[in-house]
Amino acid sequence: MKPFGQQGINVSMKKVEKNYEDREVLKGLDLQIREGEFVAIVGKSGCGKSTLLRLVAGLEKVNGGSIELDGGPLKGLNKQARMMFQDGRLLPWKRVIDNVRLGLPSHMKNKAIQALTQVGLKDRVEDYPSKLSGGQKQRVALARALVHDPALLLLDEPLGALDALTRLEMQALIESLWKQRKFTSILVTHDVEEAVVISDRVILIENGKVSLNQPIHLPRPRQRTNPAFSMYVDEILSRILNRKNNKNYSMVVNKESESLFNSINN
Amino acid sequence: MKWGIKSSMEKFLPWFIPILLIGGWQFLSWTGAIPERILPAPSQIIQAGFDLTVTGELYDHMSISLWRALAGFLIGGIIGFLFGLLNGVFRFADLFFDTSIQMLRNIPHLALIPLVILWFGIGETSKIFLVALGVLFPVYINTYHGIKTVDKKLIEMGKAYGLRGKELFFHVILPGAMSSILVGIRFSLGVMWLTLIVAETISAQSGIGYMAMNAREFMQMDVIVLSIIIYALFGKLSDMIARYFEGRLLRWNN
Repeated sequence: MKPFGQQGINVSMKKVEKNYEDREVLKGLDLQIREGEFVAIVGKSGCGKSTLLRLVAGLEKVNGGSIELDGGPLKGLNKQARMMFQDGRLLPWKRVIDNVRLGLPSHMKNKAIQALTQVGLKDRVEDYPSKLSGGQKQRVALARALVHDPALLLLDEPLGALDALTRLEMQALIESLWKQRKFTSILVTHDVEEAVVISDRVILIENGKVSLNQPIHLPRPRQRTNPAFSMYVDEILSRILNRKNNKNYSMVVNKESESLFNSINN
Repeated sequence: MKWGIKSSMEKFLPWFIPILLIGGWQFLSWTGAIPERILPAPSQIIQAGFDLTVTGELYDHMSISLWRALAGFLIGGIIGFLFGLLNGVFRFADLFFDTSIQMLRNIPHLALIPLVILWFGIGETSKIFLVALGVLFPVYINTYHGIKTVDKKLIEMGKAYGLRGKELFFHVILPGAMSSILVGIRFSLGVMWLTLIVAETISAQSGIGYMAMNAREFMQMDVIVLSIIIYALFGKLSDMIARYFEGRLLRWNN
């Protein structure tokens, strides 16, 4: 048996439906995620990828279908999951250490320090969040999520607001912690490269359903310079943008540049 | 050109204008440009303050005024704070109380003075009642507003991290509302002094306001001005105390 808190969880979504008022966001979505798997969800903004994550977290209820965790139905808040939000959501009035300890029994302070050490912020425990950079805030948010030993880590575009270099660092950090702890992870992102570099499988959501289920067979750590890497990224991007093939795409480009050329001449 | 301000300058600069004014005032009184029956010289006011201190009169009036201010502030502040919390947190209480409180709030509380005198006479109760009533609403409104405007995303995060009821309130909601609550408290301190001055001037037999009104009957200009200055100092002092607490409670904000 695996040690407590060091294992993932199976997530199974069956015919999940979600509406807001009269707008249908998810229309019978099916998705199975194995324990310990790292799945990335991509899609255009408004496609319902963040909604899906909030449903799995139990922050919102499905209107139809079901979500099961290791075979048992999800009721109310998902206690085995921890979520990392795009805007960090640290409490500005609590020091870094107290943010990480939020919701943790008071005798577990050492664990919080451990978690902060893992994300490389051991020397900032007594600072207020306002003193930290954007990347450091997200590290604190990551430590806060991991200190609970979640079986499922939900990442809602957590790196979206960071600069390129910090993003690369954070991707590597998240990947290494995931490898070490073997939790199940779902990452929602608008960055296809990020999805390919970090996940076992990329899911594309369109029209409220899964429209692409693309396993990434690349050895880790993944190299962005690898030609196969670019192929995956291209493939997924053209599916998102509904390009049938490259020829069609270049025709569109040509037509546009042609009309631009004409307008200049006139 | 760069304007470097040294720390010694920083302490002195806010007092520059008051000192200049008082110096000018003293000078003009000496030359006779300001007649004594219009405005006594600063030195005369200090003398009056000294005399009243020696007889113990000043101490008595000051302590009774402070006591009224504090008692009224605590009663009104606590009631306003509790209603603000209650209506901010619970939807039922909000629907039940808020409209009534908003209606009462729009009555100028000083308009109640005649009624209050008839109810309570001119004893301590009437003054404390008026101060409490004046203080209640700014504290209520700012507490209520502070709770209502706590970032919903932070509350959601707290819930997602397993915080419930009391924990959610003390770790997320109350600290999130704190800066607004403190604004309410600072504002209500102003109302507190204003109410007390009016109440003591109109209907009292002790206190700084009474001292001023009493001095008017004997044309003691120096005592009248002294009373006004004491009110100014009280106001400044209470604001300093409020700022100190603001600095401590909102330490994370700088």
